[in-house]
Amino acid sequence: MSASDILQLLRIALHAMVPLALTAVGEVVGETAGLFNIGLEGILLLSAFAGALGAEAGGPLVGLIVGMGVGAAVSLVFAVINTYWKGTQMVTGIGINLFAMGFVAFGLIQLGAPGFHDVPKAAEVIKWRTGVGSFSPIILVALILPFFIFWFLRRTRAGLMLKAAGEMPEAADVAGININGIRVVAAMFGGVLAGLAGAYMSVAWMGVVTKDLSAGRGFISLACVVFSGLNPLLALLAAFIFGFFQALAEWVKTLPAKPIPGEFVSMLPYIVTLLVVSGAIGRVRFPKALGVPYKRE
Amino acid sequence: MTETRPIESRLLRGVHRTLTGLHPALESLIAALVGLLVGAILMYIWGFDPWKAYYALIRGAYGGSYEWASSIARGTPLILTALTFSICLRAGMFNIGAEGQMYMGGIASVLIAYFVLPRGLHHIVGLILAGIAGAVWSLVPAFLKLTRGVHEVISTIMFNWIARWLGLYLTIFVIVDPIRNEKTLSIPLSARFPLLVRGTDLSYTVFVAVAFALLVYFLLWRTAMGYEVRAAGLNPTAARYGGIHNRRTMFLAFILGGISAGLAGAIIVMGQPPTYAILGGGGMPQLMNIGFDGMAVAMVGRNHPIGILVAALFFGGLNAGGRVMQFYGSNPVPLEMVRVVMGAIVLAMSIPELIRLFPMIRKRGEELIRLLRRVGRRGEERKAS
Repeated sequence: MSASDILQLLRIALHAMVPLALTAVGEVVGETAGLFNIGLEGILLLSAFAGALGAEAGGPLVGLIVGMGVGAAVSLVFAVINTYWKGTQMVTGIGINLFAMGFVAFGLIQLGAPGFHDVPKAAEVIKWRTGVGSFSPIILVALILPFFIFWFLRRTRAGLMLKAAGEMPEAADVAGININGIRVVAAMFGGVLAGLAGAYMSVAWMGVVTKDLSAGRGFISLACVVFSGLNPLLALLAAFIFGFFQALAEWVKTLPAKPIPGEFVSMLPYIVTLLVVSGAIGRVRFPKALGVPYKRE
Repeated sequence: MTETRPIESRLLRGVHRTLTGLHPALESLIAALVGLLVGAILMYIWGFDPWKAYYALIRGAYGGSYEWASSIARGTPLILTALTFSICLRAGMFNIGAEGQMYMGGIASVLIAYFVLPRGLHHIVGLILAGIAGAVWSLVPAFLKLTRGVHEVISTIMFNWIARWLGLYLTIFVIVDPIRNEKTLSIPLSARFPLLVRGTDLSYTVFVAVAFALLVYFLLWRTAMGYEVRAAGLNPTAARYGGIHNRRTMFLAFILGGISAGLAGAIIVMGQPPTYAILGGGGMPQLMNIGFDGMAVAMVGRNHPIGILVAALFFGGLNAGGRVMQFYGSNPVPLEMVRVVMGAIVLAMSIPELIRLFPMIRKRGEELIRLLRRVGRRGEERKAS
């Protein structure tokens, strides 16, 4: 393994980190406000599909915007069900995931080839070419955003209001904060980021839409959030670790000599996720009202 | 005239009681209708004719004895994967690992192709192997939850993916048929479940699934152990004060759920013609998504074994009818639409008191109930005087 190999591995790891980091940071905001969205997997899949369609219709930027819009719309449904209508967050999330699995598989058939759709090169986001290889500009967004969110959650009035809504909604309600409203906005922000992540996967990174494009990334992002204990910077770190192991898996698969069967290499990111999460828990604590719809007495 | 009133009122009160008792069933029904409506809207947007599609779907699901048989056949494994989700939910956990546990069960049941055993015993050994494999696969997430506090949603999903890759490896390289390498070894004749209706794929496995559902009902609602599991699920703190070991109930729920999912895999492999094997080369298509669809069945079945039986018939019908729908007419709707409808149904099910979201329905319903009550009371007064 030479130095250029390692650089390539890190380059792929950065690309693999982006969807995890964006989704995880969005979910940090949502969970701070008290909503636990396991429908992220579905949002990633739906926005990857919609983003690809948007990019083909109006260029890469439109694709990213459409992805974000779809993410926001789906999380709006999720958030309204689980705030104003007092739904069960887990069940809503499962519903979103099932819906997305069906919808994207259905949509891909409508586009021609079942289970597979290529995004034309012209519709993909431009990459910066450097000596080491090409980089997607969205990597920068994923690297900078967690710092901004870190500052936002700790240093602004709105950030503290979010925390209050997740930690003790009764007190926040008495203080005049609109709990349901703030939760909807937080979940939609998370949805926008997950939508960007989904669109990034299809339009800026892989250049393809498949019916299992998200491949558990929504859940791995949830694992990042668990690892981070709602600290966006640690979520970014976790996303990089998981991205690195995904890149490593891809890299091992391209080796001419097959030291381990490809199926076992593909398991690697999931096994690492389990190991990291089981090592992380115990020291983190989550908002008291996480997952509980707020009802006035 | 005055003599008929009491009878009438009693009758009406009976109707009223039935209506209130049916409240959960009514909600499931409304959720199913909402799901079908969402599906219809999407089909319309994509340029399909929803009426024609649903007509084909319903004809293909319940149009005759052959259709009923294939609907029941499609619903059979869903009963078991739905039970996995429901048992754990009753114990207060979200086990969405039925998919992976079912893969493991299906693969374990293929192992009986290596033994020669008398008929009957061979079936039982296959089911037991599958149950053990499913239980083992669900024990690791249970263990991680108890010792490390890992949320079961994350661990079971990770185990689903690990099971999928492990399953692909095992079915393609290890238990593969040496002659036809796109599939695993076939279940020997002495361990296949015979067909119940010739020409369909409905086999005697349906009795295994129903019997297991009834067993779960008995265990959870008729034994002290089941009472403890449900109590721990309703309020863990109170159950703890009451002397119930939450760790034990958690393990029990996961083991029982794992066995159920493992059996689901086994009955697909051992009871589904024509290959009686897993098509490893094609990505295990027979097993794919049965675990996820089971969650929808569980939710619509209200997480009750009896409700699940009814819901499985409905979802089995959607799947069987969807297969007819995808070849019907000049512009057929792809099978995937069925899963879109399922997702929408689950979304609708997540809204508690769904009925109350329809003020019109609620208003009319309340008026009706009030009217029934008034009539009933008047009848009683008259009877008393």
